[in-house]
Amino acid sequence: MAEIVLDKVTKKYPDGALAVQEVDIEIADGEFIILVGPSGCGKSTTLNMIAGLEDITTGELRIGGERVNERAPKDRDIAMVFQSYALYPHMTVRENMAFPLRLAKVDNATVEKKVNDAADILDLGQHLDRKPSNLSGGQRQRVAMGRAIVRSPKAFLMDEPLSNLDAKLRVQMRTSVSRLQKQLGTTMVYVTHDQTEAMTLGDRVVVMRGGAVQQIGAPQYLYDHPANLFVAGFIGSPSMNFVPAGLEDGVLRSPLGDVPLTDRIRRMVEAADAPREVIVGIRPEHFEDSKLVEEHQRGGGHTFTSNVDVLESMGSDKFAYFTLSGEQATSAELAELAADSGTAEAGSGGGVPIVTRISAASGAREGEQAEIWFNADKVQLFDPATGRNLTYSEE
Amino acid sequence: MAGIGGAETTAKKTRWGILNAVVVIYALFPVLWIVSLSFKSKETLADGNFIPRDWTFDNYSNIFATTEFVRALANSIGIALIATAVAVVFGTMAAYAIARLDFPGKSLLVGVSLLIAMFPQVSLVSPLFEIERSLGLFDTWPGLILPYITFALPLAIYTLSAFFREIPWELEKAAKMDGATPGQAFRRVIAPLAAPGVFTTAILVFIFCWNDFLFAISLTSTEKSRTVPVALSFFTGSSQFEDPTGSIAAAAVVITIPIILFVLFFQRRIVAGLTSGAVKG
Repeated sequence: MAEIVLDKVTKKYPDGALAVQEVDIEIADGEFIILVGPSGCGKSTTLNMIAGLEDITTGELRIGGERVNERAPKDRDIAMVFQSYALYPHMTVRENMAFPLRLAKVDNATVEKKVNDAADILDLGQHLDRKPSNLSGGQRQRVAMGRAIVRSPKAFLMDEPLSNLDAKLRVQMRTSVSRLQKQLGTTMVYVTHDQTEAMTLGDRVVVMRGGAVQQIGAPQYLYDHPANLFVAGFIGSPSMNFVPAGLEDGVLRSPLGDVPLTDRIRRMVEAADAPREVIVGIRPEHFEDSKLVEEHQRGGGHTFTSNVDVLESMGSDKFAYFTLSGEQATSAELAELAADSGTAEAGSGGGVPIVTRISAASGAREGEQAEIWFNADKVQLFDPATGRNLTYSEE
Repeated sequence: MAGIGGAETTAKKTRWGILNAVVVIYALFPVLWIVSLSFKSKETLADGNFIPRDWTFDNYSNIFATTEFVRALANSIGIALIATAVAVVFGTMAAYAIARLDFPGKSLLVGVSLLIAMFPQVSLVSPLFEIERSLGLFDTWPGLILPYITFALPLAIYTLSAFFREIPWELEKAAKMDGATPGQAFRRVIAPLAAPGVFTTAILVFIFCWNDFLFAISLTSTEKSRTVPVALSFFTGSSQFEDPTGSIAAAAVVITIPIILFVLFFQRRIVAGLTSGAVKG
């Protein structure tokens, strides 16, 4: 067990492509940290550099206080679980799990004991003599984890370990990964492109984009206080609604109507020296059917009326989709997020799409007008040019 | 296709069956004729019967009684085995490098090796003859093994790199993470997985060396290094009035047997080896 420190770590390929630039991350001993971002953001490259599978161009990587840049993977004492599991197809489950111990020349009795212990933890006892090809996806995934834990390494690296599982199994395995990490107390670096995994698993989340770290923090903190448009749009599902707006004399003029800023937000906007054109971000859960909003709350918000395009009832609450007239918010970050989620073409049908999460008790119907209230103190404002969150505070 | 096929299955199957039978008979008839000849006695050799009237194993016992054939058989086996072993060892290393590494001149190397494989061998025979004579390699085992390796290597590299490409690279990374040196990763993970490919390649290369006639007849002059296909063409009867047809037929059958066995037992593998590059590469 050890802490891992990335100190201005940069990866530049011979063809000049900059995959990772000056990444600074301090991972505490026993911490569960998630690297998340869209494909091509450099998260896997970063993980491979920690593993030693890729060279570090500049910067320093320290594990347990020692510089390990030049050490081969086998001398770093860290284990890795791959997206494809990378089980050795010609070995049985037992041999797969024993492989790292055999290479380390551990005596037979110890190998036997450690493999059996790991098999118990992962519930693989009855599969030890089978070949990987005869196992289900979930079982293979557990064998890959078993191979990582048998030699009690200083840290685990996981490269999208759950992305090949079906949705139900993924949720189940997510819980067991989390439990396993708590049980072993080993430092874990986990790469994923799935923001749900990032939110639910990690102690802290590192959001990356284009090879650079956007923000590091606890999942809830990133959700409540995104540093920029990219983090705001990436974290959360359904994602934050973005609406373009003009800012005049403390009033937001947007497709949602003219919304006066609350005092708290006004102060932050003034301190941040906001431009006249901004992007307003509102989380779906900050909307509500205005009929269900209590009278004394109503004053702290603003309402708009629009036609309900689609209404999805989730049982516990309802998702209501609207399209407001006006131009969609545009920025480089939003375009990248849309491209990553594959909604780049689908969302450009004209108008501003709004997703709201409202109470299950709402009487809103598809195809009919509904009056929707939102909490004006929960809006976040972003600079369209830089993506900076103008309402960001370090509280 | 499937919808129409459903109604006509039986008729279609019969038609295909007849067509297949015709093709198979057409292709195999000469082979069967040779087999038939090899069992005929001298007197009935030219009687034109497909099924011998007078069965005899004399032809077989005769060829094994001559040093000419036995020596040629030993040469064939020895030369083909050595050439195969060397080509497969070098081919494995080269193919691994081609499949895994990015090095300058890689595409050139692959291109040149393909060029060599396509090169008309007959145009090389005269220069090779001169070179081997002046180097003292003419009519020796190395004199045949070397050109065989030259032409078998591209085949080996091409087939093997297709196999290596199918082994996920992550397995090697996983082995490294598990604490293996590059050598251990190759020996304990990659090599066992590539074994079927290596084996297939070995069979293909062996068949290539075994069947060669052109080099064997041009670069040898005595029994010392003549291989069977060449020795066959030099067969004579025990006197000049004797017809060697029976012996030639028997020898032809003997050298065909290993190939037939290989193909029958490893059919699937050979097809996989020949097509894996084409479909997935």
